[in-house]
Amino acid sequence: MRSLEVLWIIFRKDLRVEWRNRETLVSMCVFGVLIVFLFNFGLQLAPTEMLLSLPVVLWAGFAFAGVLGFNRAFASERENSCLEGMTLAPIDPSAIFAGKLLANLFFLAVAEVVMVFIAALWYNFSFLPSLGQFVLIAFWGTLGYAALGTIFGAIAANTRMREVMLTVLQFPVAFWILMLAMDATAQAFRGNPNGDATAGVLRVAGVSIVFTVASLLLFEYVLEE
Amino acid sequence: MDKKFPPTVHLALTLAWFLVALHMIFLYAPEEMTMGEVQRIFYIHVPSAWTALTGFIIIFFASLVYLRKKSRLADQVAHATAEVGFIFCTGVLITGPLWAKPVWGIWWTWDARLTLTFLLWLLYIAYLMLRSYLINPGRAANLCAVVGVIGFIDVIIDYMAIRWWRTQHPQPVILGGPGSGIDPRMLATLLVSWGAFLCLFFYLLRQRLALGQAQSELREMRRNLALASSEN
Repeated sequence: MRSLEVLWIIFRKDLRVEWRNRETLVSMCVFGVLIVFLFNFGLQLAPTEMLLSLPVVLWAGFAFAGVLGFNRAFASERENSCLEGMTLAPIDPSAIFAGKLLANLFFLAVAEVVMVFIAALWYNFSFLPSLGQFVLIAFWGTLGYAALGTIFGAIAANTRMREVMLTVLQFPVAFWILMLAMDATAQAFRGNPNGDATAGVLRVAGVSIVFTVASLLLFEYVLEE
Repeated sequence: MDKKFPPTVHLALTLAWFLVALHMIFLYAPEEMTMGEVQRIFYIHVPSAWTALTGFIIIFFASLVYLRKKSRLADQVAHATAEVGFIFCTGVLITGPLWAKPVWGIWWTWDARLTLTFLLWLLYIAYLMLRSYLINPGRAANLCAVVGVIGFIDVIIDYMAIRWWRTQHPQPVILGGPGSGIDPRMLATLLVSWGAFLCLFFYLLRQRLALGQAQSELREMRRNLALASSEN
């Protein structure tokens, strides 16, 4: 019960900080829209080819926008030694992790909604027929991706060249989350005649859960002095 | 261990083992039916890959031991293994395209095991970069151990995910399903060659470990000296 309270307090604190400076969310959304724009403009594709590129463009956008946000999440905690304060407080480290994860998840979700909306507009593609499946894939994919981003963001905050370090850590490990999510998204968009879409969703969910649980368990060692 | 099995003896053993392996690779193993002479790179390529993978398994267990027991030795083992394993992983990525070009006609394809090896290589790089970029070295061991554990989970997931993905690589010939398998002379050559690679791996590992320990001793001595001079 106490952990849930801590989680909620940290989540609300991050939202309030974001509401006051509006740095992270705005840069994530703008960056995401730019990625969709570049790919959409650069690859002038026929409608059949578009189904191949759209999942890749979307997940590349989610991935890059996510990294921007994860960088901020712990960099801001290091200013004025906020992280030390949280570490010294008699609270469970995994509650801190969950709070930060929830905030990262929320920011990335907002950026994703913006990107999907823009992509629907520019690609002239209706997400509605496969919306239910897409939301499930996006949720599970984003959860695992954000969990890795949260723990690696906390690790990278201890290094010089923190932005570089986060990407170098994040992409090789999150590779399969992104690939499986792209694959499942492509199947959902195609309307998959074989009815194999649930298998795709389950794979993304399985991999994401493994990484989320591992990050949750290992986070206490990241804070440990 | 240095007394019972000195590094010079280890080095001599490695060299001798490699001579035997080379003899077997070029003179003992039969020529492969379809690929011909070029297939002999198999005895370098596969042992390097197995050794690189062994390296990451060692990093994983050393990291776990460090997180549980906070043993300095485990941390030093993980660090040394990462550096040595990285060399072998690079070897796999160099010998792979050299073999693929004459056999498949292309240098590279995003096949399952190529992807896995490349990701393993990236993980090694990430681990080593993290080691050198940390601001506070006191926290290095903890953070690197966490990356070592998550990295190994990623390797396991790679192993499963590549089965769900498109693949062009030959199905496993060693311990594969029925119908797989190779000439016993080829298998013997492969295993002897792997032994030579492991011997070299552990030689480099113990040398790197000794270097790391000398470094930390030197740091300790410097700190004591600085303390002593500040007291005067």
